[in-house]
Parts: sequence; C-alpha cells; structure tokens
Amino acid sequence: MDGSELAGKILYTWMTLVLGFILLPSAFGVSLGISQIYMKILVKTLEWATIRIEKGVSKKSVLKHSASVGIIQRDESPMEKGLSGLRGRDFELSDVFYFSKKGLEAIVEDEVTQRFSSEELVSWNLLTRTNVNFQYISPRLTMVWVLGVLVRYCILLPLRVTLAFIGISLLVMGTTLVGQLPESSLKNWLSELVHLTCCRICVRALSGTIHYHNKQYKPQKGGICVANHTSPIDVLILTMDGCYAMVGQVHGGLMGIIQRAMVKACPHVWFERSEMKDRHLVTQRLREHIADKKKLPILIFPEGTCINNTSVMMFKKGSFEIGGTIHPVAIKYNPQFGDAFWNSSKYNMKGEDAVQFANRVKSAIAVQGGLTELPWDGGLKRARVKDTFKEEQQKNYSKMIVGNGSLNSESN
Amino acid sequence: MGSRSSHAARIPDVDSIRRETGFSQASLIRLYHRFQALDRNEKGYLSRVDLQQIGALAVNPLGDRIIDSFFPDGSLRVDFPGFVRVLAHFRPVDDEDNGNRDPKEPEPLNSRMNKLRFAFQLYDLDRDGKISRHEMLQVLRLMVGVQVTEEQLESIADRTVQEADEDGDGAVSFLEFAKSLEKMNIEQKMSIRILK
Repeated sequence: MDGSELAGKILYTWMTLVLGFILLPSAFGVSLGISQIYMKILVKTLEWATIRIEKGVSKKSVLKHSASVGIIQRDESPMEKGLSGLRGRDFELSDVFYFSKKGLEAIVEDEVTQRFSSEELVSWNLLTRTNVNFQYISPRLTMVWVLGVLVRYCILLPLRVTLAFIGISLLVMGTTLVGQLPESSLKNWLSELVHLTCCRICVRALSGTIHYHNKQYKPQKGGICVANHTSPIDVLILTMDGCYAMVGQVHGGLMGIIQRAMVKACPHVWFERSEMKDRHLVTQRLREHIADKKKLPILIFPEGTCINNTSVMMFKKGSFEIGGTIHPVAIKYNPQFGDAFWNSSKYNMKGEDAVQFANRVKSAIAVQGGLTELPWDGGLKRARVKDTFKEEQQKNYSKMIVGNGSLNSESN
Repeated sequence: MGSRSSHAARIPDVDSIRRETGFSQASLIRLYHRFQALDRNEKGYLSRVDLQQIGALAVNPLGDRIIDSFFPDGSLRVDFPGFVRVLAHFRPVDDEDNGNRDPKEPEPLNSRMNKLRFAFQLYDLDRDGKISRHEMLQVLRLMVGVQVTEEQLESIADRTVQEADEDGDGAVSFLEFAKSLEKMNIEQKMSIRILK
C-alpha cells in the first residue's frame, strides 16, 4: 500500500511541477529562463571537457579539421587552364588526364554528398561526433560523462517524453475541438492559441533556445515564407513565433493524425503524393490560398529536402512562381548541442531548374545564416543529375578543340 | 551517419592494402569512410549505381569510362581493396618511393607507367592493348557530345592516330602512347593529394 501511495504522490508532484513550470508559461508565451540556464551550464561543461581531452591527446597525432575544409587538395582552375592550352588548340591524347583527374577527385570527395552527412564537430559534446579517438583520459572526465548519461536518461528523458506526449495530444485534441466551431474570427484566434501553445510545449520538450533576429520582417498574412530545411523540427521553430499554413505531403501514422487534426482548425494545404507531381494543380491551390488575405502565410522549404545545415542548396523555382510577397528566413542550428539533421533518402523527387529569383533568395538566406551557398540540387540525394549539366562541359571542350567550326589543320 | 570512430582495425586487410597501394594509415581511414558513405545500402561493396549517384562524376564527359575502370573484367561489384587500388594510381609520387624501392617487387601503382596505363585503358575499350581509330572516335564523341560533326571528329581522330602511330598499323599501342606523352608532366597532372 505504501509503495503505490508513494508512487501516486510522486506522480502528483511531478505533474504539478510540469503544469506550473511549463504548461502555463507556454500558454501565455512567457519564458522562465530555465532553458537558458541549462544551456549555460552545458556549454561550460563541454568547454572544460574539450580542453581536458585536447591536453590528453596532444602528444599523439590528432586529426583536426573543420567541416568545410575538404580532404583533398583541389586545383580549381577552369577547363582551359587545366588542359594547358589556349582557345582553338587541337585535341591531344593527354586531354583525357584532365577529365579523369576531375572524375576521380569527385569520387574521393564531392560537394554534394558531404552535405548529407552530419557536420563534424571539432569539440566533444558528451556524445561522439568527432574524428578523434577517445581513450581513457582521466577519472574526472569519465565522472562527468557518467553524470551526463545519468542526467540525460533519468531526468531529462522522462521529462521530454512527458512533454512531447502532452504537446502532441493537446494539439490533436485542441485542433479537433476548435474545428467544430463555425468559421469566425474567434475560431481563428483560438486555433492560433492552440497551435502556439502546443509548439511551445514541444520546443521545451526539446530544450530548445531560439533566437529570432530582425523580427520586423516577420511574414505577414497573404505572404509566403521560404526557409532552408534541415529537419522537421524547423517547422516547430518557425511556428513558435507565429502561425503558418503548411504545405506538404500527406503522411501516414502519427504525422498523418497530426496533419488531419491541424487542417480542421486552420487551412493548411496538404497534398496527396500523386498530386504533388502535377505542378499546375499545386500552384493553383497555393495561389488560391494567398489570394485570401485573411489566411495565414504559407511556409515552404524550396530546397525540397533536408540538408545538414552547413550550406544552402538549389531552390526549386515552383514556390517563386505563385506570386505574393516572399519572406526569406534562415535557420541555423548550433551543432554543439545536438544533431538536428534528418537524413531522408527514402523516396524519389525530380530536380528542376532554378530561376534567378530563387537564386537571389537563396543567397540572401545563406548570407544571413552564415551558410555556404551551393548550386547543386538537393534532389541529388535521391536521383541522378540532369544531362544538361554534362552537355555544358561537352560544349566547353568542343569549343576548345574545334573553335567556331574550323579546324586548325586547315590553316596550315 | 553521425558518429564515427577512427579505428584502422575495422578496415579488413589494412596492412596488405597499405603495402600494395602505398597510402598512409590516415589516408586509408579517410578513403574507407568515403567508401562507406558511397555505399548507401551498406552492402559492403560498391556497384555502378553508387558511383553514378555522384553529381560531379555524372556531369564529367568521361564519367562512364572512369566508372568502368573500377569494374574490370565485367564484374559488377567493387570492394574496398579494389576501390583503393584504382585510387592508388592517382597517389602523388613521393621521392622516397623511388629511393627505397626493392627492384624485385612490382612497380608501385602510382608510378608513371601505371598512371599511363590507367589513361590508356580509358581509351582502349576492348582491352586488346591497342587504341584503334574506332575507339579513338568513341572517346572523342564522349568528350564533345553532340557539338561536333562526324566529319570533323573523324579528321581529328585520324590526325591523332597518325601522329602517334609509329609502326603504321593504324592503331596506337601502349608503347606508342607512352612515347607520344614522354614530355608530359604526368606525375603532376594525374595526382590527387589527400590532406591529413
């Protein structure tokens, strides 16, 4: 009897704590600053730990590198210089060297595949994501590591699971309830409240600290918000600040339940996978959505896939054809605390050509977020590259050996 | 995908690969991680499709030929030793290689001759040891795509074969190939330096 009473009491205090410290502040949009304190402690611990490790292994050879430096020494000269010739020079047997060298360089390392594995860290973060081999260094470090494991699994994990559970169920129930109401501004206000509260709960479940810069450019109703994509958590981050109408594929399972519930309260635009291939249909629906100025801004990720947050890849032009005001957003994660990158190479997507506007927006996002800009298509993760790129190289080469249609031998 | 550890012990036969290719331990670890990254379904070997997924290789006009060099004798899979063996052709030539070499041992994979052999087999499709005019045409066609007419291409091919052919058999053998390139700085043009 005592055991179950005790368990009951613990559960009761636990729920009150959760309610008081997390749920209520979420509903009112107030922050108690607990996450910030936690972050500060964590950063201090990690810095200390990294210094200890570096002292320990400094005698042995350490593989130190940053995420953006490649592993091979590259000669980035253009094709003309690489083939050691001027325009109009003839084909030589040795031309094949240039292409084979470029080809093998690509096999050893290419810009695209690099972006689809998690960023390497230079420091340690109580898990392992660096290339340095860890041996036993000192008892104090091991103690810290053990403490870290304990805190993570015994305190934080139950807390986060509870929060996530509450957050998602509240979202589903709240939106379903709100969906019963007739269309009115009350309904919209309520649905915004429900969305915001649940997102804040979920973000607290992840112990997230989010900084918003340049809030004056926040997306307005009737606009389109474009952002770089790293993981589904991006949605949570953006929704914490304001409500958006989301665009995406209909999923099954838990995601599907959430999607169906959300659409009852607030007009999101969910597609069947077959519909997505029909671009005109998609564009049409999005246009209709924007035309209604009372509807929430649409959130689109033009890269089309998740990238590992070191760079911004090619933007699909579709989102920019719809019209309406575009509000670009750059999302940058601090890789020290956790790896948000979600690697999804499960299904196929076709690549498209980028329009200059898309490129311009892409550059703006890259600059703001401190990310590298790449011309490559994120769809390369799943599909082959288009032949037009190969034709460009062939054109360049042909110009060199043939000139403008006349052969050099004729001038002899 | 996130965590990696740098255990050389996980690479099978690492010592014999090191001896055969001359790569350092650190380079081999790097290449092994690269091999694993390219091997998407963790099969333990690479197939043609895995290499074709590399964007920069797919736009290379000679991309298919380069991929062929990884699959000699019509095989469909390349394991890590085979992978590294091909890459070893592009290892930069160190001076110490030539000094300590035991003349009884086979030539290192990154010697000048072996680099030339690699380039030769990009041309020589049927592996008969000679580049015929037809094979020359095929490689040229790969490199220029549809930009050049058939007649222009044929005259280029004819001229090239004529210049290199010494014994007049209408094809370029390996020795003739090597002779026509004897002044070329092969070591520098066909080397990829792996940074530590």
